[in-house]
Amino acid sequence: MTHLPVLQIALPLIAAPLCVLLRHARAVQIFAVLVAWACLGIALALLGAALPGGAISYELGGWPAPLGIEYRVDLANAFVLVVVSALGAVVLPIGPGRRGHAVPPRREYLFYASFLLCMAGLMGVAITGDIFNVFVFLEISSLAAYTLIALGRQRQALRAAFSYLMMGTIGGTFVLIGIGFLYQMTGTLNMADLQRLLPAVQQSRSVHAAFAFLTVGIGIKLAVFPLHQWLPNAYSFAPPAVSAFLASTATKVAYYLLVRLAFGVFGTAYVFGALGLGALLLPLALLAMFVGALAAIYQSDLKRLLAYSSVSQIGYMILGLSFGTATGLTGGLVHIANHALTKGGLFLAVACIVAQTGSSALSDLRGLSRRMPWTFAAIAIGGLGLIGAPGTAGFVSKWYLVLAALSAGRPEVAFAVLLSSLLAGIYVWRVLEAAWFRDPVQSAPRGEAPLRILIPTWVLIGASLYFGVFTEWTAGIAEAAARQLLEGAP
Amino acid sequence: MIGGGLLHYWVVIALMMTGLYTMIARQNLVKKIMGLNIFQVSVILFYVSLGKVAGGTAPILKELAPGEPAPLYSNPLPHVLMLTAIVVGVAVTALGLALVVRIRAAYGTVEEDALRKLDEEERAERSTGGGA
Repeated sequence: MTHLPVLQIALPLIAAPLCVLLRHARAVQIFAVLVAWACLGIALALLGAALPGGAISYELGGWPAPLGIEYRVDLANAFVLVVVSALGAVVLPIGPGRRGHAVPPRREYLFYASFLLCMAGLMGVAITGDIFNVFVFLEISSLAAYTLIALGRQRQALRAAFSYLMMGTIGGTFVLIGIGFLYQMTGTLNMADLQRLLPAVQQSRSVHAAFAFLTVGIGIKLAVFPLHQWLPNAYSFAPPAVSAFLASTATKVAYYLLVRLAFGVFGTAYVFGALGLGALLLPLALLAMFVGALAAIYQSDLKRLLAYSSVSQIGYMILGLSFGTATGLTGGLVHIANHALTKGGLFLAVACIVAQTGSSALSDLRGLSRRMPWTFAAIAIGGLGLIGAPGTAGFVSKWYLVLAALSAGRPEVAFAVLLSSLLAGIYVWRVLEAAWFRDPVQSAPRGEAPLRILIPTWVLIGASLYFGVFTEWTAGIAEAAARQLLEGAP
Repeated sequence: MIGGGLLHYWVVIALMMTGLYTMIARQNLVKKIMGLNIFQVSVILFYVSLGKVAGGTAPILKELAPGEPAPLYSNPLPHVLMLTAIVVGVAVTALGLALVVRIRAAYGTVEEDALRKLDEEERAERSTGGGA
């Protein structure tokens, strides 16, 4: 029990090379899925332990902080850990995809190894209390993500992975520069220690530069507008399972990191008062919401449409952060879970379609709802979630965002949230219209997608419906986490 | 002192800009990776220079004779951090080069503008083919 925080990371990190040693495709698949579910179990146990409100501190190797590396679990990152490991556990069983894929079956073990490494990296960013450790885990997850994206079956996947590698490494290196400045000014790398030492030097230009480098670096990983250029290609050419996992977790973890730095390292008063981060993020969030949604409307490929929709949804999360208030932050944090479930479910539904037709072009979806009713029911519900219709998880997030905008005295921002939801309605409608009201093409498949993919799809979509009604496990925890973050380190 | 004691910062900034410029301006993917390496090396030098203490020696633990003052030594922590960053850099370079090899096999070129043209042609072909 006391070693749960380190097991959370060590388990997938050690399991990844074991996958390479095992090699046998079937054995590796079962092993990797078991590991992913074990991670979910550990994350849930950690969340349970963090619920009373305190923080669990774990000293790696018995070296006490601030000299040693500390893992620190509080409500906010336990919440993120659960989201990441749950999505990993649900998505991983699908595997790299069978039809015409780039991974020959005898090399499939490499897919599972990379996937587990990516999970380990993402969870590591969330759990660690040491800022240099953040950089290392960020790069582990990013390197694994580049590899996974390059596994897409079209050759464009390689280019998408390469440009993501270029952008991502610039982002990672910017984070490294920022960390360097912080270390220069304080002589410590522990986040709690930084929070204690920074106020004395926070007016220096080095700390300003540190904050700027960290924000831009994380902004690239987070795909905050206008740093989102890598995202549409990466998500639309990656294998469907990879798109589902990365779209629902990678940017969310970057968002968590930005929140953690703003509230847990630099401090609310400094970030939102002296530096005015809110004034910078608010227009970017609004632009992301509208540009992403408008671009999604004009896409002719379902995966690409969903990718641009992600740009717009990331805008909502940034909007929540930009207010710097508990309600706004609650909206942003709860959207981590809600959007992960909705977008994960939608990308898995695309995996269903690709498994049956080999294409995700909107023109190939014509009339498919008659052949694949369950898949398209999932897309309809997920689409409503993106719009934020009442009864879906998306509604809960938007409710908090609108509340936050109103209580911040910005009714025009609340109006913008509603207006961008209308735009989401247009791109969702384009998909539904093609699938329901057109005649099927000749080559349309005869039947429903295999249960292997359909069940995970409905697990996520069902969860997004459940958490649209019963919110104590999402919004409840997000609210408590936001309060904990705003009050500073416990 | 050259550069008013800030010479190392100027070197870091010059290298960083060289790297970033190479990544943006060069069309050849291998040259882009070289730019990335120069960019990363500039950050490594930045960290190493953080640990320097004027007049300090290598940080090696030794027994002090009675009355002997403790030697002034450089801060070893930034150097150790950079060992990790170098490993990350090597991994990024290896993966980037591996992708370049795969891109070369799939497209027959590693020039960015040629790749873009090939992708655009393919897209145009598919949209006219789909309409027919």
